[in-house]
Amino acid sequence: MTTASMSISSIPDAAPEKTAASSREKTVEAAVESIAANDASVAPAARIVRARLRDGFSVFVRAVLPPAIGLALLVGIWAIVSMKTPGFPSPLKTWQAAVIIFSDPFYVNGPNDQGIGWNIMSSLKRVLVGFGYAAAVGIPLGFAIGRFKFLSAMIEPIISLLRPVSPLAWLPIGLLVFKRADPAATWTIFICSIWPMIINTAVGVQRVPQDYMNVARVLNLSEMKILTKILFPAVLPYMLTGIRLSIGTAWLVIVAAEMLTGGVGIGFWVWDEWNNLKVEHIVIAIFVIGIVGLLLEMLLIQIARRFSYEHS
Amino acid sequence: MKPLVQVQDVGMRFDTKKGSFIALRDVNLDISEGEVVTLIGHSGCGKSTLLNLIAGLTLPTDGGLICNGREISGPGPERGVVFQNHSLLPWLSCFDNVMLAVERVFGAKEGKAKLKARTTAALEMVHMEHAMNKFPHEVSGGMKQRVGIARAFAMEPKILLMDEPFGALDALTRASLQDELIGVMGKTGATVVMVTHDVDEAVLLSDRVVMMTNGPAATIGEILEVRLEKPRNRLRLAHDPQFAEYRASILEFLYQKQLKHAA
Repeated sequence: MTTASMSISSIPDAAPEKTAASSREKTVEAAVESIAANDASVAPAARIVRARLRDGFSVFVRAVLPPAIGLALLVGIWAIVSMKTPGFPSPLKTWQAAVIIFSDPFYVNGPNDQGIGWNIMSSLKRVLVGFGYAAAVGIPLGFAIGRFKFLSAMIEPIISLLRPVSPLAWLPIGLLVFKRADPAATWTIFICSIWPMIINTAVGVQRVPQDYMNVARVLNLSEMKILTKILFPAVLPYMLTGIRLSIGTAWLVIVAAEMLTGGVGIGFWVWDEWNNLKVEHIVIAIFVIGIVGLLLEMLLIQIARRFSYEHS
Repeated sequence: MKPLVQVQDVGMRFDTKKGSFIALRDVNLDISEGEVVTLIGHSGCGKSTLLNLIAGLTLPTDGGLICNGREISGPGPERGVVFQNHSLLPWLSCFDNVMLAVERVFGAKEGKAKLKARTTAALEMVHMEHAMNKFPHEVSGGMKQRVGIARAFAMEPKILLMDEPFGALDALTRASLQDELIGVMGKTGATVVMVTHDVDEAVLLSDRVVMMTNGPAATIGEILEVRLEKPRNRLRLAHDPQFAEYRASILEFLYQKQLKHAA
């Protein structure tokens, strides 16, 4: 009798801890088990815990197993290629080199020999500075283009003309104007990240639902209120998409730009290690660039999720 | 008494790719203060166009409209609008949606506390005080429309324009919102112009039902005066022979005189 009452009271307790559909399955399962437990005179609470553990394990397996297999496959192919290709480092050799590199990421041995940490940091810094300038120019410009037809007709042909140009083609212009490598690289980042921001912001402004603009007109809101209460919140998700595309492109371009300009940076490091014929370091750099790009993307998706609202 | 809104020889022509399309022609209508007028007709008869013209969201290509002694040249806060799809801003709470309108109309001469009190009062009037701080996506369709109505009433407009305000709601919610609206209109004595395609709604709510002919080039076909005692009660009216008569005459207009073959 006591076990029966226990199992009944323990079921609703178990439910709110987990989410939605799976929790319902689980409580049903737990209830079935607890009924069985009454006959077997086993403490039902222990059963429920075990069932939940098993469920948690299967969720874990489903989430982790496929990517793990994918990665293992990649490493396997890599190992085979490295066996057939002389000079191409094996996964193990690369791993050992990586351990050495990451054991001291922030050393400084003069301007051309610094730890990988510094290289990543200076690349990120260039990306952020170039991107910052691009945002400061591109977002207001996007708003203006989206809001005023005349401006849009004026500037759109220019954008269409310049956007397909590889950002690296702008590097010599940057070198000519700024006379130094560093601002030239920033300039390249600026040019490549400005287009997605202008275009996405402008599209966002043009796609603000007419209903909202009608509300603005009926309430006779001032241009300032329209901007802060209607345009900006409505455009924000588009703008964040623009920012995400911009940062993605900027991270792609910085590696190439740094290969050409030199100095400190992950791109330069790749080129330097190629000159030193340390191919395992290049492979490490590829992984590092990929992981940093992935982290940037994830960060921006998180921010975008925070600011997206539900249309209803 | 001088009418609050005068619609004089109004025509509306839209320029489309296939050439110009005449939506409305020769529309004449006077609306007095405190009057509730519904516009009814088959879809595409230009009833929403007429409402938008009164709202000032579009300007007529022929004739003119006068509100409160001045020509309508654009939207204005003396003409509150309730949109069919509520049009609440999704990034503002219900309270802030109403507050935005209140601030615009009364912000120049009243303090923050007074503005908040006005907003709360408007939401209480439509019985939404319990969900003031929720966002539009967190409340039901009927509740959203209540907030839309509160927003329009909070501006204390001279005239309230409603474009099929309950069109997107289920029948039960619609009935409860109609009752709500009857209560609010009784309390405030508001002047209302409402577009609907619901015959019962038209008779239940209005003093006059304006029936429109089919488009293109739609115009006012007949006007029915509804002389039912106010406040009206839907249950009592269900057995009222006069109510049935009004209902029948609208149905006759819509389905005999203006039958739409290509439905």
